[in-house]
Amino acid sequence: MYEVIWHGRGGQGVVIAAQILAESAYLQGFKGVTSAPTFGPERRGAPLTASTRISDHPIRTFSQIEKADIAVVLDPSLFGIVDILGSLKPQGLLLINSPQKAEEFEIDGSWNIATLDAAAVAIRFHLIKEGAPMVNTPMLGVFSKASGLVSLEHLEKGLKWKLSGGAAATNIAALRAAYEEASIRK
Amino acid sequence: MSDVQIMTGNQAAAYGVKLCKVQVISAYPITPSTPVTETISQWVERGELKAEYVRVESEHSVMTVCVAASTVGARTFTSTSSHGLLYMCEQLHWAAGSRLPIVLACVNRGVGAPWSIFNDQQDSISQRDTGWIQIYCRDNQEILDSLIQAYRIAEQVYCPVMVCYDGFVLSHTMMPVEIPDADRVGEFLPPYKPHTILCPEDPRNINPVIFPWQRRDAEGVLRDGYMDMRWKLQHALEGSRDVIVEVCREYAELFGRDHGGMLWTYKTDDAEVLLAGMGSIATEATTAADLLREGGIRAGVVGIRVYRPFPRAEVREAFHKTPAIVVFEKDISYGYEGALSADIKAALYGIGIQTPVHNYIAGLGGRDVKANELAEAVRSSLAAIAGGTREQQTWLNCVTE
Repeated sequence: MYEVIWHGRGGQGVVIAAQILAESAYLQGFKGVTSAPTFGPERRGAPLTASTRISDHPIRTFSQIEKADIAVVLDPSLFGIVDILGSLKPQGLLLINSPQKAEEFEIDGSWNIATLDAAAVAIRFHLIKEGAPMVNTPMLGVFSKASGLVSLEHLEKGLKWKLSGGAAATNIAALRAAYEEASIRK
Repeated sequence: MSDVQIMTGNQAAAYGVKLCKVQVISAYPITPSTPVTETISQWVERGELKAEYVRVESEHSVMTVCVAASTVGARTFTSTSSHGLLYMCEQLHWAAGSRLPIVLACVNRGVGAPWSIFNDQQDSISQRDTGWIQIYCRDNQEILDSLIQAYRIAEQVYCPVMVCYDGFVLSHTMMPVEIPDADRVGEFLPPYKPHTILCPEDPRNINPVIFPWQRRDAEGVLRDGYMDMRWKLQHALEGSRDVIVEVCREYAELFGRDHGGMLWTYKTDDAEVLLAGMGSIATEATTAADLLREGGIRAGVVGIRVYRPFPRAEVREAFHKTPAIVVFEKDISYGYEGALSADIKAALYGIGIQTPVHNYIAGLGGRDVKANELAEAVRSSLAAIAGGTREQQTWLNCVTE
């Protein structure tokens, strides 16, 4: 079973990204998928997490993830606020929305890191909501390239499941660009 | 072709209602149950579900609307949580006393004070003695399937059914759920036939003040007193076990999913310790059992699916061979112990079973319950049992000093 924690702020599409990943993984053939928001109230701008579990077998655990295999960070300013690394397995995969290349990203520990200037990609494809770039879809592209767990093809299907025609097309274009541009350090 | 969608427990409940072609829905929103009736209200508004959606000012009125609608022959539904369920309390008794087959989805949430929107099962457990059948679901598929089964059961035995599932843990967690074919659900669930029809052409007075003794009515027919009617309710719930098991079996034949009838078991055959629970904590316990087995302890799980009527015979059958029982539950009967633990012990009374039963109160007010914590609790209980401690109440992950 693979456990993924999404770190972001209220309004960044954290919960939806976790759902799209679960849907896409199921479409790809994983029999067990779950996605859950942080349980409780949500506030715009406040730090929040969502989770996705992906497994070959139906999932029989609904508790909070203790140590994730993969952490996706939609807002790098959260590093000083939330214990992101504390909930990631040693050698875990860390995916960060950052203009810095993965090689240049300074962080202690033996993490596998991938980065993307997801905000820039979102702006380029006009993925803007209430003035803010929607970085969730580009980060799904980074997820696909860096983890190899869920293919671009199935993420595109997942986006079509969640979004209407026009929005799906724009998001798919951004997803593909993100996949190409993601920078990976192993 | 099967139609599998990734959905929350609340969406699964809403789909169940839609497939049952419920005719009257009344609801008052409360976290975490709100998305159930929110979804249904959209379907009603768009004409996808031909039903009347009645908005009222409180949960007490919600259940009153359900009682009235069910009395005039409509299939009715509502969903609620926590304080909403408790505000219905009087009308829950009224629905059961009137023998109305109302189905309610209780999205389990803790009860104040202090306020908590998070999950435990204190709300529905505290309404245990209202005369409602209670089913506890272990995942989102079981929520959808149990709702469909609930109408079959309710309309056959004329008792209301509460389909309970854990708030947030299931209600807001998405997972794959197969949506059954609507026509086949129609075959499985015949139209609702009310036991009494209230209509202007045949006016009658229902549930007037009743005397302690039997009494002749205006036509000279000897009618039940209050106590005789209460016995009939008790008899109906006791008798509903066979119906619940049969409905579950028939559903499994038609739709290919067997949720176990009154209870379900996991790796119990060779078990040296059995974990017991209701709802999602029982699912988590199956993962704990796997962890224990990896460590050489032969653990199994008994998931109590139907809590009222209590599966006395099935519990005896499931537990009679095991040397140790550990009950995990998200409720507490203050001043005694967990409700499930007490009921399991009572069911084992008088058949010569002396098995130690350890009771863990867990996850109150949404406190996270992890499989490895359940496994660790079982290990510690087995050590205590080996040391002679037959009974024990432990509050899991709780400051108790």
